[in-house]
Parts: sequence; C-alpha cells; structure tokens
Amino acid sequence: MDINNLSLGFDERLIFALRGLYENNGYRQYRMSKFEEYDLYARNKDFLISDSIITFTDMDGRLLALKPDVTLSIVKNLNDDGCHKVYYNENVYRVTKGNRSFKEIMQTGLECFGLVDEYSLCEVITLAAQSLRLISPDSVLDVSNLDLISGILERLPLSASQKAEFLRLVGEKNTHELYALLDSCGTEKEKAECIIEVVSTYGSAETVIPKIEMLLLGIADTTPLSNLGKIIAALDSDIKKMIKIDFSVVDNTKYYNGIVFKGFVPSVPTAVLSGGQYSRLMTRMGRSCDAVGFAVYHDTLERLYDEQSEFDSEVLLIYKNCPLPLLCETVADLKAKYGSVCAMQQEPENTKYRRVFLLDGDQLKELKKDA
Amino acid sequence: MLNVALPKGRLGEKVYAMFEKAGFPCPSIKENNRKLIFENEQAGVRYFWVKPSDVAIYVERGAADIGVAGKDILLEYKPDVYELLDLNLGKCRMAVAAKAGFRDDNRRTLRVATKFSNIAANHYLSKGRDIDIIHLNGSIEIAPILGLSDVIVDIVETGTTLKENNLEVIETIVPISARLISNKASLKFKSEQIENLRRELMKGMEKDD
Repeated sequence: MDINNLSLGFDERLIFALRGLYENNGYRQYRMSKFEEYDLYARNKDFLISDSIITFTDMDGRLLALKPDVTLSIVKNLNDDGCHKVYYNENVYRVTKGNRSFKEIMQTGLECFGLVDEYSLCEVITLAAQSLRLISPDSVLDVSNLDLISGILERLPLSASQKAEFLRLVGEKNTHELYALLDSCGTEKEKAECIIEVVSTYGSAETVIPKIEMLLLGIADTTPLSNLGKIIAALDSDIKKMIKIDFSVVDNTKYYNGIVFKGFVPSVPTAVLSGGQYSRLMTRMGRSCDAVGFAVYHDTLERLYDEQSEFDSEVLLIYKNCPLPLLCETVADLKAKYGSVCAMQQEPENTKYRRVFLLDGDQLKELKKDA
Repeated sequence: MLNVALPKGRLGEKVYAMFEKAGFPCPSIKENNRKLIFENEQAGVRYFWVKPSDVAIYVERGAADIGVAGKDILLEYKPDVYELLDLNLGKCRMAVAAKAGFRDDNRRTLRVATKFSNIAANHYLSKGRDIDIIHLNGSIEIAPILGLSDVIVDIVETGTTLKENNLEVIETIVPISARLISNKASLKFKSEQIENLRRELMKGMEKDD
C-alpha cells in the first residue's frame, strides 16, 4: 500500500508521528472497546473532564457508556499490578466546555504502570515534551509538583473547603484572593507573602528553584521541590528549554499526586496536553502500583490544521455521450498527468478546480485553467 | 501585540483610563466613531470593545490575550482564565433582595428570580436550601413585586433601585468588582508583556490610594 504523504492532513500525520515516538520508546499500543460499564465512571466522576456521559442499555441489560475517558478503562482492564507501558489512540465522547452537545474527540496518550521511579518520570516528561514539539517547535510544558502545594496546605489552619478554595485560587493565579484567604485564617503577612510568591512563580527550573528554596524555609518541606529539580536536571537540554515550573498546574488531589504537567502551543488558547502521576487513583481502584501518563487532545488542535486546499481537486472532468472505455482511459491519463481527478456529468456547486476538461463523445477539450 | 478586550460602557472607559495611565495609550480609541478595534503599534497594544458579559469568552478562547470582566461574570460562567488583578473598579455586591419585611418560610421551596442562575444555585446549595430558580434577563426587581418570585439575586450598587421599588437587601453573597483576566496560553507566550502591564496597573492603583 503506497501512502501518498501529501494527501495526509496535519492531524493524521501527527497521529502517526506520535505512534512512532511512543513505540520507539518501548510503549505498545493498547486498543479497547468503545464501550465501558457506566459504573466505572459513576464511581470516579471527579476524575472526568466532563460528567456528562452517553449511556445505553446493552442486550444483556447492563448499563454501558460510550467512553468519556481512556485512563480509567486502562486502569480497570490492566489489573495485574505488573509493569506496563502502553499508548493509545482512541475516540472519547464528551461535552466540551461551551457546547451543549456531545462530541467525538480523538485522544492520544500513554500510561506507565508499575514502580514509577525517577527514570519513569523523566521518560514520560520527555515524551510529553517531544509530543508537543511534533505539534510546534515553540511549545511550552508547564510542570508542577502537587506534593509541594499539599505540603504548604498541611501547615495552614484551613478547613477542607478552604483548602479546596486555596487550590482553586492557585490554579487561577488569583493572588489577591489568596491574600484574603490567608488573612482570614490568621496567617502572618510575611508568611502569606512568601506562600503567594512560591505558588505564583513561573519560569525555568534554573531561575525558579533556587528562589523558591529560600522562600519555602518555614513554610513547607523542600523535598518535593528537590525531587522536581532533580528530574528536570536529568532531562536533555533541548527538552529542558521547553520546561517551565508553574504551580498553577493543579489537578484533583483525590487522584493526582507528585508531578503534574500541562502543555501549550502558540495559537491554541488552551492546554493541548495534560498529565501527571495518579497513584491516588490507582489506590482508590484497589491497586497497589503507581502510575503516570498524559493525553494529547486533538480537538484543541483543529485550528492548526491549516491545509485548506485552494482546490477541491486538480482536475474536473465533465463527461457526456462518451463510451465507457474511453472515459476510463481519459480519467487514468488525466490522473497520471495532474494528480487528482473528479469525473462528473456536471460541475458541482461551490467547488473549485485548477483545470476543467470536457469529454464530449470522443472529443476532449480543456475549458478553463486556474494558474 | 497584546490584544485587550474592554467592556463597552462606563466601566470600560474607566478601565481604559487606567491602561492609558499605566503606559498603554491608544488615542484613537477616544475618537467619536463606531469603530470597535483600536491599535497602537508603538505601545504594542490592540484594544477592542465587547459586550461586558462577553469579555471572558474572548479571553478564554484566545481572541483576546487579556481583558477586564466583572467578578459576577467570572463567578457565573467560570471561564478557564487566570485572574491576575482586582482593579477595584465598578465595586458593588451580589445580594439577595426581597420585599421589605419578607420572612423566609423554610417549609416551602424558595422561588428565586435572577440573571445569575449559577451564583444563586451555588449560594443556596451551600446553605442546603431548596430553591426554584426563575431565570430572567432584565428588570429582575419587579419579580417579587408581581409575585413571580419570593426573592431576587442581583447586583446591588447604591441600593436606590431596590429602595424605590420597596425592596431591601436581606443578604450579601459576595463583593463584586472589575478583574483583570488573562488567557492561560497567552500568559505562557506573552508573559513579559502581560506581567509588565499588570505591574504598571498595580503601581497606578497604589498611587491613587
């Protein structure tokens, strides 16, 4: 099968490139059914991006769902607590923000189960960064360590709802409301300023880590910061350049812990990649192994698919009153000469072709040509 | 070039004045015409006027890098944006109001008329109070007068409109003011410009204090 690269769109090329990247790093493709038992999602609704789920009753009476998420399925189905490195390229079905209807969304990602050590984290962060680079050379991967934020929270006299509020405000980089929250729980002004400076810092590891190390004294344990620094320091220099430390990358701490990250590319207003360690999800699902992974959301990349071709086809061949063998031969000749040919009995509306030919009987003539 | 969505109206004009003072002028914006987009290449800024309730959408979707939106809009629609600064402009409050002398009969579902269904729902959810939300798009104050609702959840500034309609505030939900918001991706790729703008706005606010 000879695949003509020029006829593949950006999205299709990206999917093949991501597959190649993950397979070259020892990840095997994991395929799954489109459907999953609804109960799996009902028990873990907080983990889902959207809690709207398409459900239906199967022939045996079970309530099934069209998958809104891939990770939960993989966790459920790879249930031997052994080591697994898998990638996937699947459609999920969910309501995206701002829409009132379900959409089918392509998602590519990978999961690493087992003993997640420093090397695994380096590898996954590297693959996330390389995935972004396939989309744009100017991408940014924001990385955080949730254990650092949890460490700060542990030492503050905040109720559970106030802690949730703290995380939300950190996620919004909302420093003025953070001040108000810390003030309301009696935190000294100087300490509050240190905390806010830590959580709102943004930049490369070289500039951010030394600054935050000083600020963290007396506020929280510096181990999570050191762990983060160690992993980033071990990355390739090309990858390091893409990494920024940003503690506003906050995920649901019921499921996520440790390293979390989000990827951004120019011209796309939202994160196109998201991932992190989710050992807490594994624990909630009764598993004893760790996990880390990420997903690339293809729906966010639609505006980057810029190959709007000027022409629907290179050639339109309008035919009438011509013998079938001659018609077939003419189409083949035009294809060999010009590439793509659309043969119709009349010109369709709202279409554009570089050249238009007419085959009338046995006479072939060119009607128009767009330079 | 930094794209800035400004809310149309009095608040937007005050906001522009702050931006101008902070060193991001665009004189053509003051010309009396119906243009909606204004650019100052030297200052590296492009302003456009949008409906106040739409600012957050422009910013969330990246058509604007930054914008100024009321906290009421941010609480109601929860756009996925960064909230960088409280501009202390357009100060008012989101409140529950009712006819003077109203007593809440807890045995019945409370009928709440409002333009801010999510804010109202969250407020009463936190109190465990059962409510029936009646979503209206304007003139919310007449709802309890005509018996459409028991209370309203609406923005209150001076309280004059309520008083003139024999209504009173029975509870303040949250203070409201104009906030500087930014698109999350824009802050990654235009961080210096956005941080610089935020810093200059803060300096201007400190001087005014």
